[in-house]
Amino acid sequence: MRCTSMLKALSASMVLAMAAAACSSGGGTPDSGDEGGTGGGLRSYGDPNAPAELEFWAWATNIEQVVDIWNRQHPDQQVEVNSQAQGDELVTRLLTAAKAGNAPCLMQTEYQALPVLVSNGVAADVTAAAETVRGEFSDSAWGLTSFSDQTFAIPQDVAPMMLYYREDLFEQMGLEVPQTWDEYADLAAEVRRKAPDRFLTTFSSNDPGWFAGLSQQAGANWWSTDGEQWSVDIDDEATEQVASYWGRLVNSGVVDGQPMYTPQWNRAMSDGTLLTWPSAVWGAAVLEGVAPTTKGKWAVAPLPGWTEGEDVSGYWGGSATAVSEDCEDKAQALKFATWLNTSPEAVRGLITTSGVYPAATDGQTSTALDSPPAMMPNQTGFYDLASEAARSARTFTWGPNVNVTYSVYSDAFQQAIQGGADFTSAVAAMQDRTVADLEEQGFSVSQE
Amino acid sequence: MRTVQRDSADRAQAARPARRRRPQARTAPYVFLFPAAVFFVAFLLLPILYALWLSFRDERVRGAGIVSVREEVFVGLSNYASSLSDSELWASLGRMLVYGVLVVPTMLGLALLFALILDSPRVRMRSFGRLAIFLPYAVPGVIATLLWGFMYLPNVSPIRAAVEQVGLPPPDFFTPTTVFFSVANIAVWGGIGFNMIVLYTALRALPSELYDSARLDGCSERQIALRIKIPLLTPALVMTGIFSLIATLQVFNEPQTLSPLTNVISSTWMPLMKVYNDAFVTNEIYSAAATSVLLAVASLAISLGVLSFLQSRAFGEDR
Repeated sequence: MRCTSMLKALSASMVLAMAAAACSSGGGTPDSGDEGGTGGGLRSYGDPNAPAELEFWAWATNIEQVVDIWNRQHPDQQVEVNSQAQGDELVTRLLTAAKAGNAPCLMQTEYQALPVLVSNGVAADVTAAAETVRGEFSDSAWGLTSFSDQTFAIPQDVAPMMLYYREDLFEQMGLEVPQTWDEYADLAAEVRRKAPDRFLTTFSSNDPGWFAGLSQQAGANWWSTDGEQWSVDIDDEATEQVASYWGRLVNSGVVDGQPMYTPQWNRAMSDGTLLTWPSAVWGAAVLEGVAPTTKGKWAVAPLPGWTEGEDVSGYWGGSATAVSEDCEDKAQALKFATWLNTSPEAVRGLITTSGVYPAATDGQTSTALDSPPAMMPNQTGFYDLASEAARSARTFTWGPNVNVTYSVYSDAFQQAIQGGADFTSAVAAMQDRTVADLEEQGFSVSQE
Repeated sequence: MRTVQRDSADRAQAARPARRRRPQARTAPYVFLFPAAVFFVAFLLLPILYALWLSFRDERVRGAGIVSVREEVFVGLSNYASSLSDSELWASLGRMLVYGVLVVPTMLGLALLFALILDSPRVRMRSFGRLAIFLPYAVPGVIATLLWGFMYLPNVSPIRAAVEQVGLPPPDFFTPTTVFFSVANIAVWGGIGFNMIVLYTALRALPSELYDSARLDGCSERQIALRIKIPLLTPALVMTGIFSLIATLQVFNEPQTLSPLTNVISSTWMPLMKVYNDAFVTNEIYSAAATSVLLAVASLAISLGVLSFLQSRAFGEDR
């Protein structure tokens, strides 16, 4: 008796399944790639219009407000934002979640974290979906999310570096905005003379992305591959130049050595103990959270260059939207991801509420960029400077073990700052440990 | 007495095939144990066995590009060998030793002192005192560390502000030597309460006739404490000592939360921080598993060693 009722239930469910399959496959008619996302490319992953509940692990400021726009327009395809960690911390959690088999469908990943995720099989290949929006981004933006002809994420924002400085304190103390790093060093010494309790800035042992951006500006390229072998060159001339420059400044006491994003640093940024902050485009949004009492007091200038008249920058972070390999609703997730990063209303939301500079070329000419960020109403030309910096910023290739390099950065620079050692020793430690880890994982590394 | 009655009732029923009462009597303990056993196996035993399994394996990459294939292979004891030969692990063990020497005697000593004070006959505000000393234990470890982090960071610290008002040189809580005291302080502040309650409860269980006869002989309160109470507290002291030792071997919350705030705590400052760093930051979960197995075996060995050494002294009276 039990057997037959089980069989009945089984056959009933099979019939239902076949009926559902029949219904959905007969549902939509293939259209030719309008509406930025419901085109043929997405169909290869499934039905982009089927109902779904997607989880999105992201940390961009106020991104829930942008996602709300989508949720209002798509009541049966709800996206839930989960902001549990930022940047490198989130990569750790994504790797762990993927190992457990419950990675979220959508994830915000910084460009340097993407190779780590791809290499561990966490980020899915989205080349077919990327084709539907290929023209929306520049080749260099696609270069940040593509490896060997496969694309793994839709670029969201680019984060060229700029120099934020306290306009009011500069005026008060009679300081000039530096154009070169030599002028910056002199300015640091001048600040210490005029106000012994203030620093021009701090060198953070906690922010490897910041150091990577400065190295990019100097012309470094830490990883490269010819398809067969990796070569690691963290201790190249450009990086050593940056490291010894900052080492000189910190060890002679003209620049502070405290980490960023601590209560101490928040206070220092609020009360004018720190006068400048070499940061990226999203810095204004961060300042809003960190030092809200200084609204209207900060201004932005191009990052000082290494030679007179040079106008080159680097990137600090910038992220993309990736879809996890485990995701069962890839088509819907990609529909959302392409909407988030290319549709006019989403890009406008990213600019105004998240304070990021969009990677989409149309977004970079959006009217939302005409007014400055909320934190800096005094600088109307903020986004003109940002687009200048974006045009000239250098980047480099990211390797499959950036997480190891970044971890060594923290420990090595902590030690160097604490012990007053030459910062190039920290760079050497990063080089050695990165090569050792690549070899241990089984990659073939070319010895130079 | 009830057992005697029950036995005779059982024997009386032995003549009849009493199917309903006997199985119940025999299976009742197992039924009560079952939920706890399930949790024990699922959340303690299986993860431990899985960690052991992982410690004998490693991941290798095939293919050179970013889009590589990773496979798990059996590597025998090589994870253990590389763990034991890692100088960073030994350095962190050394730091843990220093930390333990600071924390365990201070915490137990202060807990004993407070328990003895609260137990003495003429103390006032006893229940308020108990609550006040126990309260820090109720603060979760990470919250407590963040709280103390604010106290230690120079420009947001009320301690520094107060000291500077008085005109004294401000203390630096984050130098390579003072950081040990800073981290130990958080553990001692949080742990005294629990240990004090354990020792106080043990003190309350001591027969008060001993004190009466001691007072008749002319003992002062201090002599009673030193010569009667403390020797009788030895079992409780050994137990809290072992707990403190194990807590020291597993120190993680405080240094991990303080690490981003300062330059003197590296990501591998304590052994468990190294395990966390290996497992979740640099994605080397296999060597992390080997290190954690080594730490667990060492903890077990030390605990058993200390216990058996003190066994005669601590539990001799029970035997």
